Amino acid sequence: MSAAQGGVTRFLDGDVWYSFKQSPLAIASAVVALVCVFCAAFAGLVAPHNPADLATLELADALMPPAWLPGGRAQYLLGTDAQGRDILSALMYGTRISLMVGVASVLVSMFVGVSLGLVAGFIGGRTDAFIMRVCDVMLSFPAILVALLVDGVGRALFPQTHDALAFAVLIVAISLTGWVQYARTVRGSTLVERNKEYVQAARVIGVTPLRIMRRHVLPNVLGPVTVLATIQVASAIIIEATLSFLGVGMPVTSPSLGTLIRVGNDFLMSGEWWITIFPCVVLVMVALSVNLLGDWLRDALNPRLR
Amino acid sequence: MKLRSWLLALVCISACGWAQAVTLRVANQGDAQSMDPHSLNESLQLTFTSNIYEPLVARDKKLGLSPGLATKWTQTKPTVWRFELRHGVNFQDGTPFTADDVVFSINRAAGPGSDMQSYTSSFKEVRKIDAYTVEIETTTPFPILPDSLTNLYMMSKKWCEDNKATTPVDRRKGIENAASFRANGTGPYRLKERQPSSRTVLVRNGTYWGKVDGNVDEVIFTPIGNAATRVAALLSGEVDLMEPVPLQDVERIKASPALKVMQGPELRTIFLGMDQKRDELLFSNIKGKNPFKDKRVRQAFYQAIDIETIKTRVMRGASLPTALMVGPGVRGFSPEQNKRLPYDVEAAKKLMAEAGYASGFEVGMNCPNDRYVNDADICQAVAANLARIGVKVNLQTETKVSYFPKILRRDTSFYLLGWTPSTYDAHNALSSLIATPNDKGQGQFNLGSYSNPKVDELTVKIQGETDQAKRNAMIKEAFDLHSEDIGHLPLHQQALAWAMKKNIDLTQLPDNYMPYRWVTVK
Repeated sequence: MSAAQGGVTRFLDGDVWYSFKQSPLAIASAVVALVCVFCAAFAGLVAPHNPADLATLELADALMPPAWLPGGRAQYLLGTDAQGRDILSALMYGTRISLMVGVASVLVSMFVGVSLGLVAGFIGGRTDAFIMRVCDVMLSFPAILVALLVDGVGRALFPQTHDALAFAVLIVAISLTGWVQYARTVRGSTLVERNKEYVQAARVIGVTPLRIMRRHVLPNVLGPVTVLATIQVASAIIIEATLSFLGVGMPVTSPSLGTLIRVGNDFLMSGEWWITIFPCVVLVMVALSVNLLGDWLRDALNPRLR
Repeated sequence: MKLRSWLLALVCISACGWAQAVTLRVANQGDAQSMDPHSLNESLQLTFTSNIYEPLVARDKKLGLSPGLATKWTQTKPTVWRFELRHGVNFQDGTPFTADDVVFSINRAAGPGSDMQSYTSSFKEVRKIDAYTVEIETTTPFPILPDSLTNLYMMSKKWCEDNKATTPVDRRKGIENAASFRANGTGPYRLKERQPSSRTVLVRNGTYWGKVDGNVDEVIFTPIGNAATRVAALLSGEVDLMEPVPLQDVERIKASPALKVMQGPELRTIFLGMDQKRDELLFSNIKGKNPFKDKRVRQAFYQAIDIETIKTRVMRGASLPTALMVGPGVRGFSPEQNKRLPYDVEAAKKLMAEAGYASGFEVGMNCPNDRYVNDADICQAVAANLARIGVKVNLQTETKVSYFPKILRRDTSFYLLGWTPSTYDAHNALSSLIATPNDKGQGQFNLGSYSNPKVDELTVKIQGETDQAKRNAMIKEAFDLHSEDIGHLPLHQQALAWAMKKNIDLTQLPDNYMPYRWVTVK
């Protein structure tokens, strides 16, 4: 039996899987999240049209209502926007961009936050005080404000190529506010772990501090980080949507969910509700299902709640 | 008994109070960029500052000429115009308006940093004859000179010197000065409060020399960029008047019992311009040559644009596709010339192949998103059209605050612009948009530097020609040459749509000017 198979068996026999099977809410959100992720990941295969391919846009088909309303066509299940883009396809591609921004920015902020938290907790003293004060300062700014600032700087630095860099700028902007949570959580857990016997034992036999942090402390503080990361994915997606809604996120030519909502917002008063409502619904579905999964994971990993 | 008389007094006070101060809250999709009347030659900028500053020659409600700060003008020689100035006019700070201010203002508008040079490009000298007489000498005869003065506003020499604002705010270089945030004109309104991009307040100038037809005492101007928010602000009563009405919301607002929509044709022509000067485009994947120098490429772009579908879908019918750079209502427009090349993707592809771009190329396109009706949507539709002939358009849409400085610096390869000939004469379009740019202000908005010496020659001749038939023939010839060269890609004339409360009476001008002195709130 290989290690991977062993891991799977252990997981299936374990508490976490059991608690998952017992929670209908967790199953439902996992299904919703998986469907969204699948549609987003395989948008190129699943989506009926490619909204990024401008040559296939049919302006004459602009502003069609969803298929079940009079005037709608089966070809465009959820209707079309002002440029004749199929809403359903735009949603799939948009979800992909939103998820990519969300996951990437969580990975970046997790890497930064966990490293700094480990160092702060393990070394302590002035290093700790310094890192934690930086965290306090970061926490005193609203996330959106910092993100807007980063975006503004990005725009000023790369005036011509901004749209091409929008993706990277968004990730930096969101990560810059997200890492603080990880740093604080990891520092707390590290403070507990660093005085435990296994750490002292490692120290006694002469293992370097860097190696102790990586090989011994890190695996033991990762539990809360996983929970945090799941929840942060949802909030990163929402920050991305907010920035795009404000017009500083993804450009119209490669729209994310937030951009789609912003574009559709112009038509809210004139009865073409489908352009904005569907992206809103998808945004809520993605954020809610990921959040609920995170909640369930937190409970499942918390020994006191078992 | 006592209560009743008290109530009566209260009603009286509130009624009197209402009658005393009429406030008009106006929303627009963008803001006037600066309070400096010479800093940007753009309709919104000019119509807004025209409430504070005034020209020598004004326009009446039918767009005819009427006396402004000059009471009389005569052509003393073919190249000399004499203006008699109005007596007893004071600037808002109390200094009297004299010939010195006129000489100063025209030189300011013709000088460095000014965006108004296209109006003064043929001025040779502005002379003070006496305190209330001024002469303008031009390099060539200029029979329609009074028409070209209607957008040149008079500033106080003393005030500009005191405030170190003797040269205009230069949008291209991002230079601001006191005239950008404060104002001192002779007009019916004075500037009370200026918060760029958020709120500008005008109040009635109590010492105004002229008659004010309307009854508005205070104007609160708010830019609201988002179309739906602007509509919501009007529906909820937060603003009294707004323009432009998003085309998708016209019916919705018309259906409201308290509101009305005023629609009308606009003199503005929307077109696309291409950089035809540089040897290599700034934003393209073609290196070492400029595809727009090839007429076949320009024609392919022209024929690839499906203007009728843009009209029905993007503009919801509220546009008039055009083949000319001026629209009906402009002197020199001839309907028989207004025939577009047919929309034909196959022909366009063939032209691209002949030019050596069978597999297309990439080009950056600049577009405003808060200046013209559905401007960003038009650009997106054009980008989709061009994708069919293999051209990948990297579209950058942005607010006019950053858009105008950029394209006026000519930092663009392919752009969208709208133009209303402010003299209502085709000569203005020829000299501003089509003639080869020079340092005197000719071709100041010919941002792609289209150039045809024959057209330049005709433009100068048209300016001096007094015989209307000959003049029209030359205008026709110049437009024919421009169309033959495909110097620009004309798209359409947009329609005006203003929405307001039903108790507002105003004059809608086809150049989209909205003088607040003609607004009455009943």
